[in-house]
Amino acid sequence: MQKLVVIGAGMASGRMLEHLLDAAPDAFEITVFNAEPRGNYNRIMLSPVLSGEKSYAEIVTHDDAWYAANKVTCRFGEKVLSVDPSRKVVVGEKGEVAYDKLVFGTGSSAFIIPCPGHDLPGVVAFRDLEDTTAMVEAAGKPGSKAVVIGGGLLGLEAAAALRLRGMEVTVLHIASHLMERQLDPAAGYLLKKDLEKRGITVLLEASTREIIGNGRAEQVNLADGTELPCDIVVMAVGIRPAVTLAQDSGIPCGRAIKVDAQMRTETPDVFAVGECVEYNGNLFGLVAPLYDQARVLAKTLVGEPETFAMRELSTKLKVTGCDLFSAGDFADAPGREDIVYRDPARGIYKRLVIENDRLIGAVMYGDTADGNWFFGLIKEGGDISEMRETLIFGPSYQGGASADPLSAVAALPPDAEICGCNGVCKGDIVKAIEAGASDLGAIRATTKASASCGTCTGLVEQVLSVTLGDDFVIPAAQPVCGCTDLTHEDVRRLIKTAELKSQEAVWQELGWKTRNGCHVCRPAVNYYLLADWPLDYRDDPQSRFVNERNHANIQKDGTYSVMPRMWGGMTTPEELIAIAEAAKKYDAVVKVTGGQRIDLLGVKKEDLPAIWYDLNEAGMVSGHAYTKGLRTVKTCVGSDWCRFGTQDSTGLGIRLEKKLWGSWTPHKVKLAVSGCPRNCAEATCKDVGIICVDSGYQVGVAGAAGMDVKETERLVDVRTEDEAIEWTTAFIQLYRETARYLDRPYKWVAKVGLDWVKEVLADDAERKALVDRFDVSQSVYQVDPWAERAVPDAARRFQPLADLTVEAAE
Amino acid sequence: MSWIDIGHIDDVPLRGARLVKTHVGCVAVFRTDEAEVFAASNTCPHKKGPLSEGIVHGHKVTCPLHNWVFDLNTGEAQGADDGRISTYPVRLEDGRILLDGAAVSRRSAA
Repeated sequence: MQKLVVIGAGMASGRMLEHLLDAAPDAFEITVFNAEPRGNYNRIMLSPVLSGEKSYAEIVTHDDAWYAANKVTCRFGEKVLSVDPSRKVVVGEKGEVAYDKLVFGTGSSAFIIPCPGHDLPGVVAFRDLEDTTAMVEAAGKPGSKAVVIGGGLLGLEAAAALRLRGMEVTVLHIASHLMERQLDPAAGYLLKKDLEKRGITVLLEASTREIIGNGRAEQVNLADGTELPCDIVVMAVGIRPAVTLAQDSGIPCGRAIKVDAQMRTETPDVFAVGECVEYNGNLFGLVAPLYDQARVLAKTLVGEPETFAMRELSTKLKVTGCDLFSAGDFADAPGREDIVYRDPARGIYKRLVIENDRLIGAVMYGDTADGNWFFGLIKEGGDISEMRETLIFGPSYQGGASADPLSAVAALPPDAEICGCNGVCKGDIVKAIEAGASDLGAIRATTKASASCGTCTGLVEQVLSVTLGDDFVIPAAQPVCGCTDLTHEDVRRLIKTAELKSQEAVWQELGWKTRNGCHVCRPAVNYYLLADWPLDYRDDPQSRFVNERNHANIQKDGTYSVMPRMWGGMTTPEELIAIAEAAKKYDAVVKVTGGQRIDLLGVKKEDLPAIWYDLNEAGMVSGHAYTKGLRTVKTCVGSDWCRFGTQDSTGLGIRLEKKLWGSWTPHKVKLAVSGCPRNCAEATCKDVGIICVDSGYQVGVAGAAGMDVKETERLVDVRTEDEAIEWTTAFIQLYRETARYLDRPYKWVAKVGLDWVKEVLADDAERKALVDRFDVSQSVYQVDPWAERAVPDAARRFQPLADLTVEAAE
Repeated sequence: MSWIDIGHIDDVPLRGARLVKTHVGCVAVFRTDEAEVFAASNTCPHKKGPLSEGIVHGHKVTCPLHNWVFDLNTGEAQGADDGRISTYPVRLEDGRILLDGAAVSRRSAA
């Protein structure tokens, strides 16, 4: 067996090992060095890790088990000190390893602008997990600020992710428009506008003079005198190949390690792959050519002929809501013509660059669906004069094809590239499907298409759909469950338009595949029906999760927790005495909750009606701590007691709770009212959070403090309590009417857009109509479920139907 | 078999369940249709979830704790989960629910 040593466990060398082990699993005894104390992960996906949309574990491509299964010796966290090609050994910090073949996969390092202060703690690049972790930590501080230097692909992804984490983000870019290497000024302008809309400040032609701070980065000063206080500085201005080790070892280098089309360096038995190589004077930063190199090198190592070729590249940005695409050459030059399409209201811009009747470049913003088709035309280089008039409208307008969204993909030639990262064309995917792959997972496993940055997932699904026909349902439209092919949105819409007013009607009319649904669809359908037809439909307890049916929270040992309502978090000595007595009588554990309530835990099911009766007697009703409905309205003491309080926050909280309690919603809803911007009631992470100020009330919505943490966004500022209640109620009713079951308000707002919500609610007539519809629903549903069940006839149902242990003993 | 009258069908909610205490432990009586009942162990073999509190659909019940689904005809867990609950003979006569006393007696427990 030959000894293969690989320096660097990055995406290129990792991919090379995969190909190599596929082709010749037993040809080499492999040792991998990596300065980072871990194996290979998908570096492109650090942006979603930074934003919190993915975890590190999800982006690991090779875990310990993979290295073990393939008998790869891992020397991770160990730096290579030197290489001696004359003796054919690699010298690591912990000793030497001999090699027969050596691969440099040392990658690149971030380029750090050598301005004063660049070496302060708190200045990071965006290259590896350590950088990402440092940024996440900085973002954890409330009100923290980030300055991102560099308005390219990487910098903007970092900025968007940090903004999602709640930081105030300023992007500094030296050029006059963003992503100037990939975008023309018009698309760059639209991108800047979109970023600014989401709260990111973009400063163009901004030159960094210095970074200052006491022991760590605290402020960035620009050449024009602008001062930007900050908690972290992210440098994302570019990369440079990491070639010091190669140079010191006498491997011939230019700007990077020089390789030929077989990935061989000029030193015998030494190879290089990835961002550390220079081929024909070119350097590489995007992942697609790196994967090509990895494939070529694997072939070279097993002695098969293969040649690396440069290819056209296209670019996409992984920032949700900023759809851009660029490919080819789009610089102005003599002899070139432009076809431009603009729809400023929808934020769409497309520009095609034509030279000698051939498409040579494309830039698109806002609507990038046809990007790959244009990219195909650029690579083909064919004559487009025949379709020039309709070219900009994309493939669906060519050759009389229909506007079916799938026709665009159906029309693609087999060599049209679908996955840019992995260089997978449509033909490869079709071949994989014909060989038996029938879903996205199988396509990823066999072709790697959409397995890297994932932006082409939709296209891959469309290829599946076009190839398999009816056998493949595009999962972007996830059905509610196995009982139906319809999505939640379809079901909601049909319940309204077809006036379906019972579960039976839904099952029959919409062709349910099961007799009476399942535990997934039944609660959703039950909710949609009662939300849309409050006067016609009766809630079905048997379609509810146990907690909502038993009006108490089931615990892991089968006992329940009981929580009385305390309006706005206020209580009285009498109520406290009653709660204390009930706790003693029913042997409950007492816990104070985060929502300012008292929870009684460990109550037996049989005792529920009795404890409810006792609490009802003391004037208390169910606290609905178990529902997808209004939970609590948390308040501070407000102007009644607090020397800072500007309004009666407690009073407003109580009024809100009295209005909203008992309503069913798609998921739980939590509110808070703070009496001043000091925000003692923590209103800024609630579904609806109101901050009282001297001039009135700031109503914020769509906050979260659970699996995700998110600050509320301002819905409206109003002057009076009544208006605050009206807006809050209308917001909740709009959520009740349009959200998908089990989406919290912040998820719903992310889907429909806060702008739409504001637009609907700003219409006075519509807002009042929403409040009216809420009131109609409350006329049915605002009843204390405890009182209804504490009567003997209903209470009986909480007891066993029969006790045969007693009868047998008699 | 010795049939024991444990109650009226209307005491069990449609697509719901009620509990019967027996010498072999708690048995859940499920009403899957207007006049269709099943009896099975109330205890999910996974984490002891009370199956009588689960959502009843078709001839199946979903455990309220972690969504294991059991077929009430066979007692077998459905899908990827592996496990089984005991089922007991039960029938309907003039609206009365009759449970097989022998199957839930102390002796069968031994």
